[in-house]
Amino acid sequence: MISRRDFLQVSMAASALYGASGFGNWARLAAQQRLTQDDLLKFDTYGNVSLIHITDIHAQMVPIYFREPEINIGVGENRGQVPHVTGADFRRLYGIEDGSASAYALTYDDFAALARAYGRVGGLDRMATVINAIRAERPDALLLDGGDTWHGSLTCLRTQGQDMVNVMNKLRPDAMTFHWEFTLGSDRVREIVGGLPFAALGQNIFDKEWDEPASDTFESYKFFERGGVRIAVIGQAFPYMPIANPGWMFPEYSFGIREQRMQEMVDEVRAKGAELVVCLSHNGFDVDKKMAGRVKGIDVILTGHTHDALPEPVLVGETVLIASGSNGKFVSRVDLDVRDGRMMGFRHKLIPIFSDVIEPDKEVAAAIEAERAPFREELEEVVGRTESLLYRRGNFAGTWDDLILAALMSERDAEIAMSPGVRWGPSLLPGQDITREDIYNVTSMTYGQAYRTEMTGERIKLILEDVGDNLFNPDPYYQQGGDMVRVGGLGFTIDVTKPQGERFSDLTFLATGEPIDPARSYVVAGWASVNQGTEGPQIWDVVESYIRKQGTVSVPKNDSIKVIGA
Amino acid sequence: MKITRRDAVAMGLGATMVAMLPLRVSAAGEEAVMAFTGGAEAGEGDITLTAPEIAENGNTVPISVAAPGAVEIMVLATGNPSPEVANFKFGTASGGAEVSTRMRLAGTQDVIAVAKMADGSFIKTARNVKVTIGGCGG
Repeated sequence: MISRRDFLQVSMAASALYGASGFGNWARLAAQQRLTQDDLLKFDTYGNVSLIHITDIHAQMVPIYFREPEINIGVGENRGQVPHVTGADFRRLYGIEDGSASAYALTYDDFAALARAYGRVGGLDRMATVINAIRAERPDALLLDGGDTWHGSLTCLRTQGQDMVNVMNKLRPDAMTFHWEFTLGSDRVREIVGGLPFAALGQNIFDKEWDEPASDTFESYKFFERGGVRIAVIGQAFPYMPIANPGWMFPEYSFGIREQRMQEMVDEVRAKGAELVVCLSHNGFDVDKKMAGRVKGIDVILTGHTHDALPEPVLVGETVLIASGSNGKFVSRVDLDVRDGRMMGFRHKLIPIFSDVIEPDKEVAAAIEAERAPFREELEEVVGRTESLLYRRGNFAGTWDDLILAALMSERDAEIAMSPGVRWGPSLLPGQDITREDIYNVTSMTYGQAYRTEMTGERIKLILEDVGDNLFNPDPYYQQGGDMVRVGGLGFTIDVTKPQGERFSDLTFLATGEPIDPARSYVVAGWASVNQGTEGPQIWDVVESYIRKQGTVSVPKNDSIKVIGA
Repeated sequence: MKITRRDAVAMGLGATMVAMLPLRVSAAGEEAVMAFTGGAEAGEGDITLTAPEIAENGNTVPISVAAPGAVEIMVLATGNPSPEVANFKFGTASGGAEVSTRMRLAGTQDVIAVAKMADGSFIKTARNVKVTIGGCGG
């Protein structure tokens, strides 16, 4: 019988070992221009069970650039804790050399230069190669998809997610949970789920009318027998679906964290003989971290939603948290030693999908090509060119959003613009053409109408405070994930340590430099309203029209937001 | 009913205004607890209040209360203009003292459940329920 202390030591040793050998070597090898697929995949198979985790792909089928955030502030107990560590601090924490392949994959600095050296990341055909290589070593490895899969590209929007469903099926997942999928509308979700050759999980997906599990479509958990081990995978969909996204698109469903029911499910699967309990979650990292400390008996939480990529697991008690990034940039492999009905140790590797290093899987590459072919001309049309690095991630602003805000203010003749603080959307390097596909990659959704309305200064402040609390409430269970709403034509100071109603000050109308007048009405343009019946042109058409007029775009540094308490 | 853009925007902002005011425990709420307990202090005990952390719709928030052995359970929305939500009495023939209902919340506030036990003592628990406009998923 292994004690908890032994368990932690064994686990940490295995984890540290992997962090060191994996990451140290890549840096050196890459510097010598010898980064190979074998290096990326090198893993001494361990124990008797392998989990493969992919999440938050956001319909990115082909390789892209993706810059990680510079600003990612943690509050309360999570202040300064991973994943709220970025840049040089992140590299120091994990022993990553500046300028290395790992630095490029996991941090933001020198992004454009490193991107030119190391190339694009992701691509479902490359992910397939990695998954198949793991299966070659462990044929019965479990492949688990954390959701946000059927959303985020032109082809996905046009086919209502069918392109992703078709290609993902070739990767042969064993189970999946959900978030943006529901913005396809509940009829479409049920139609797809009805034909999926794998489990659709969510213990927190409830029938709204009867307030009971929506088990006719979504199972709470599924059992797998792998390596002689009885494994229960419990699904946890995004808890705040009808709040963060338009609830009218899936009115039959209710979500929530439902922590008590999670505990009941863990107890139920343990009673049924589960030797390993895995939670496939779309909670967001800090919510999962809190849940891991309160729900007893989960061995592994595969986290999603907040798009964090961590090269080592985070341990909460005896629960292992894995964070596998977004947009197809990473695949996590977790090998586990499960004996005598419990987890004895693990070995983990976050595998970055360097598109130029990993050979595409031919069958999946052909499937991707087949999905894209009907839209080829539309996808590849060049709309303009960028002189700036265009990226989205960051708590308060990103250059892609600054460009979208400029487009809204110009095309919709508005004084102020608002853009949702989503975390999906690939990056573009300075000098790159902007294609229609690139614009859809950062805007496509089923409720993309760009509204134009009037709001008083008081209301603008109220909106900032409301969204700010979704991000900076010190209790993770009250956080919805995502980032701060982006604003154009408006400057502010935020103190992240203050309570709701007191975080935002010095609201400035940038057009005049004067303070925002609480009583005055401002013309505000925005998009992605959760309200039914929102009217206006689609945001991707607004952005395309603006970029076309500009020809070449350049995004100035955004210095209108001041942050206190970070 | 056809909803125009103007209506939709107006509704959205109406919801905003409601959502933005974190409400404090009202004097009426405290008075209601005192009236229920007859001035006695309610302690902690085996009482579970299940409520969403963030309401999906502030107009209809599902909650449930379980307090094994209770003869009476009172539910209060401390930030509502009228805090009293419901009062449930359990006779000797009742099953377990467990109730579910839905209620309207005027804004982010504490919901309190107080149970009167068979021995005349009182226990209570509270949950903070946030009412928000949301709109920015990751």
